[in-house]
Amino acid sequence: MEGLVYTALFAPLAGSLFAALFGMRPKTLLTGVVTSLLLLVSFIASTALLWHVMHVGPVHVKLMDWIVAGDMSIPFGFNVDQVTAVMMTVVTLVSTVVHIYSNGYMEHDKGFNRFFSYLSAFVFSMLVLVMSDNFLGLFIGWEGVGVCSWLLIGFWYHKPDVTRDENPSISPSWAANEAFIMNRIADLGMLIGIFLIYWNVGSLQYDAVFAAVPHLSHALLVAIGVFLFIGAMGKSAQFPLHTWLADAMEGPTPVSALIHAATMVTAGVYLVIRAHPLYSAVPGVGYFVAVVGTFVAIFAASMALVNRDLKRIIAYSTLSQLGYMFAAAGLGAYWVALFHLAAHAFFKALLFLGAGNVMHAMHDELDIFKMGGLKKVMKWTYIYMGVASLALAGIWPFAGFYSKDTILEVAFNEHTYGIWFVLWLTAGLTAFYSFRLVFLAFWSDERYKCYGFHPHEVQRYVLWAMFPLGLLAVIFGWYKEEFVDFVTGLLPAYEVSEHTHHMLPILVTVTLAIAIGGIVVAYVMYHKRLKRSEKVEASLPYRILYNQYYIPILYEKVFAKPYAELSDIAWKEIDLQVVDATVDGIAKVVEESGDATRRMQSGNLSDYLKWMAGGAIALAILAVIVVANG
Amino acid sequence: MIGLSHYLILAAILFAIGIVGVIRRKNLLMLFFATEIMLNAANIAFAAISSYTGDLGGQMFAFFIIAVAASEVAVGLGLLILIYRKYGTLDLDNFTMLKG
Repeated sequence: MEGLVYTALFAPLAGSLFAALFGMRPKTLLTGVVTSLLLLVSFIASTALLWHVMHVGPVHVKLMDWIVAGDMSIPFGFNVDQVTAVMMTVVTLVSTVVHIYSNGYMEHDKGFNRFFSYLSAFVFSMLVLVMSDNFLGLFIGWEGVGVCSWLLIGFWYHKPDVTRDENPSISPSWAANEAFIMNRIADLGMLIGIFLIYWNVGSLQYDAVFAAVPHLSHALLVAIGVFLFIGAMGKSAQFPLHTWLADAMEGPTPVSALIHAATMVTAGVYLVIRAHPLYSAVPGVGYFVAVVGTFVAIFAASMALVNRDLKRIIAYSTLSQLGYMFAAAGLGAYWVALFHLAAHAFFKALLFLGAGNVMHAMHDELDIFKMGGLKKVMKWTYIYMGVASLALAGIWPFAGFYSKDTILEVAFNEHTYGIWFVLWLTAGLTAFYSFRLVFLAFWSDERYKCYGFHPHEVQRYVLWAMFPLGLLAVIFGWYKEEFVDFVTGLLPAYEVSEHTHHMLPILVTVTLAIAIGGIVVAYVMYHKRLKRSEKVEASLPYRILYNQYYIPILYEKVFAKPYAELSDIAWKEIDLQVVDATVDGIAKVVEESGDATRRMQSGNLSDYLKWMAGGAIALAILAVIVVANG
Repeated sequence: MIGLSHYLILAAILFAIGIVGVIRRKNLLMLFFATEIMLNAANIAFAAISSYTGDLGGQMFAFFIIAVAASEVAVGLGLLILIYRKYGTLDLDNFTMLKG
């Protein structure tokens, strides 16, 4: 089994290094093919591991000792249990699809080889993150995906900065830096959490840490839980560290599909699921996690309602769905969170890849107000995106229905009716904005003609590559029972009470009702043609939502601007006036004294002898004084 | 009665004369004389203190100094003669090739 674990883990790394060899060269198709094949190998190995875990049991391997110093011993170990196996399979499947897809999508890009190198490096980091058997290994993967995310968001780094009105993300490199810095802030919290664990447990191995949880004080557990969650908030873009995710859409669309929808952003959820013994011990923190998640769910959904940017709408929906996952995990239904994570990975990646097809057809135009009627020219993309949107909206029998419905049941079962209501409302908003997108892009009048676009369907193999995701977006939910049986081998089973059980048909009905209601509203408003109303668009709520509650501007005014000014003061007043002046002063004293004493060196021996005699006398006097004084 | 301090004062006076000679004189030969005077001042002090404390170490040291001074003069005078042959003068103010 060790071989399988290492194959799954290192195949993407090998692909990445291979592609990196050709990084500075013009496009070579070979890199795309090799990395895709190696990803496929990794996926097959992961599936085999999944089977193995299912029928035999978890696999634990130790690659080597890593840090051994005094009492501290942290090995490079990998642990494939139920949760990891699910994560690995999801990650490698979506990655494989995205790799194949990118062969078509990045066809004309100058950085083709570089792109595949980064993308495979990301998959490797992500696998380290989910497979590590200790917190430090997880942190290494955590930082690795952060770096790859930075590289890939800023992939088109040559684009210049523009104003916020022109492009809310300003520029790819700006967005990349924003994402990286936001994550850095959160990572500090995560590091503090890891330090606390190490100080109090003396080990970072998951099993040792979780075995020690009952012996730790409540306050300490709360602190660890909160600090780890701060790390998760950054990676999963939860409020108030959420702004980077929408801006991260500056990256190429396959990147958005893989990193900023299906895998990396779910790392935070994975962390909470992984640390479930810890969060189960402090329900207060869990409740806080759930409340943050719920707030983000509706907060992000509301911003998606009015946005016109194809990718940003989907990005907000990702945020919103991450909120759902945190809500489920926070309420103690860890397997439900994992279930939604997997289902979401499939349909959201599909949705993004579909959006990529549309962008490809529309020459990178993202404004859905300029599209319309695309279903005639892009039938398969339309079907894929329709399926993904149905799954996202939670319509029976698509994957999203099962997972989202279960989250709502959990919220109801926990008697947190507030959370339930907000999530229920969000389900309606989700259905509305998803289908607003679908109707505006694929139905209604063919507005693209006014702008002179000639959309066309993408390559056939690209469409085929998307097929596994499309299939899973439909059928994944049907295997809920099997999924539950499998993951509850590790995660706590979550049973709903008798009362909730009786309420189930009603709950399902009202949830479906609001989802269908959302679709119907979208249909009525947008299916024929785009009706824009100046009055609505000028109204305050619309402008607030359209400008993301003015939070990016607020951050800029409250944090970025003062910080820049502070840096300016530090530079001009402190660095130049104090630090540099001190250093320059020392150099000046040395230089001037050297210049002054240079005259001593006349070359005349007689003068030297005078200096020498003077020095000797001075030393003699000094000696006398020292002796006389003591 | 001539005591230790008389010898030491003599040594100090001789040493001071030597130093003044080193500082003031420009002729290399005179510089040598001045150094010799200083060395002998030290010898006198050594011998006096040795006799005062009854320790022969000081006198032994004086002999060493005499030996070192003799060899130094032997080498130094040889160099002096060479310099005089080459430049025709022993005035230090003429030798400033090492001026910085």
